[in-house]
Amino acid sequence: MGVNLENLNPKVHQKIDERQLTDFDENEDVVDAFDEREIFDLIRNINDPEHPLSLEELSVVDQSLIEIDNVKNYVNVQFTPTIPHCSMATLIGLSIRVQLLRALPPRFKVSVIVTPGTHVSEQAVNKQLADKERVAAALENSHLVAVINQCVSEKE
Amino acid sequence: MTSIKLIQTLQGHRGRVWNVSWHPKGKYLGSCGEDKTIRIWINDGTKWITKMILAEGHTRTIREISWSPCGNLIASSSFDSTVAIWELKSGKYECTVSLEGHENEVKSVDWSNSGELIATCSRDKSVWIWERNDDEYECAAVINAHVQDVKKVRWHPNEDTLASASYDDTVKIFKEDSSDSDWNCVATLASHTSTVWSLSFDNTGSRIVTCSDDKNLKIWQEYKPGNDTMIPTPDNISVWKCVCTLSGYHTRTIYDVDWCKKSGLILTACGDNTIRIFREELDSDPNQPTFNLIASNEDAHSQDVNAVQWNPEQPGQFASAGDDGNVQLWFNSD
Repeated sequence: MGVNLENLNPKVHQKIDERQLTDFDENEDVVDAFDEREIFDLIRNINDPEHPLSLEELSVVDQSLIEIDNVKNYVNVQFTPTIPHCSMATLIGLSIRVQLLRALPPRFKVSVIVTPGTHVSEQAVNKQLADKERVAAALENSHLVAVINQCVSEKE
Repeated sequence: MTSIKLIQTLQGHRGRVWNVSWHPKGKYLGSCGEDKTIRIWINDGTKWITKMILAEGHTRTIREISWSPCGNLIASSSFDSTVAIWELKSGKYECTVSLEGHENEVKSVDWSNSGELIATCSRDKSVWIWERNDDEYECAAVINAHVQDVKKVRWHPNEDTLASASYDDTVKIFKEDSSDSDWNCVATLASHTSTVWSLSFDNTGSRIVTCSDDKNLKIWQEYKPGNDTMIPTPDNISVWKCVCTLSGYHTRTIYDVDWCKKSGLILTACGDNTIRIFREELDSDPNQPTFNLIASNEDAHSQDVNAVQWNPEQPGQFASAGDDGNVQLWFNSD
């Protein structure tokens, strides 16, 4: 790493503040549904496969591009590759998918797509990420799983 | 609307169940999945129980299983890129042969009606045809007609004609050329706008239903040379036309479809957790048929439904498999 970076000087963005917990959040008696901010918190610290930066710092993920419906049980996430021909797009999308599959209850249908108009192979990447059979096969590949685990593990 | 009644939930698999397959006599049900095992279920008189667990045949997910027409053999296809043949020997199925050749995940497997041929397909984009001579299996053809991952292979109910469905959005039909015994693509069914996950022939074999990631079901009709509807058949080869598209019923990817050879009812498995049943309208024009939704169960499984199959002998009974780890038995009645 570091030698053949596709995007040598990515724009680094400001991180948002930590979420402030309220009394309401800590009250165990109220059912508090998942919201966009919680989904964002689950994926903002995923590491970029190339840079020592988080997906949030590279503006690959953004809270405004997350949609969740607790009644219909779906989560839709759009991610924005740093450059339109990023070869890591599928891997980044897969990392987001894996993180959400592991963290959310199984009732949720998770869809991860490229923000429209931000990647040259947008359709091919989206189709690959939506194919659960290919995702399942990829997750049986121990080398790939090791790379993804490295991406999703939070740095100190 | 007719009703879909749950008979029993069959638990035992760990993780996602990918497929269910009935024994040709409908007495046993096979299931397989992520846990690398095949379970064989029987009815002990009051309820369905696990009769056998077939393990250690594969090192990765078992995607699909298929029973030979005689019921003495099971073929299983796996992400480990092999196909295993399990043979019934003194009351037990034992893994006797492993078919190797595909470069990566084998997605589907199906025995021909004669029991002499097996078709397999893979993410390596190829379809293979294997010939069985007693205990010997030989590769008879490697067909590279698709340009992407091949999801499903299904034989014609009476002839040695094969259909395959792919991530390249098409279905292709293959036949053996009797002059040089080469297997050729004789038709490409193009109309779906995303991955075709599965397909099923009707009892005559002259119609096919296909299901897709585009959330549509399509009915295709074969027009043979000399058909009386004046549809041209260049080179004296049958032409397949899409005669009906069922849109707006499924809200997510349709992973499987099964056309009942006895009742003519069409069953679908969908990523929206729902099982649906469609019936052709009486007096429907075969060249422009109408199919109606006659029953559905919206929470058939608590996650995606991956497979559905009608019991070949008991009309109305069918099985389903889901990402929730369950196999379920159902009964549909008027």
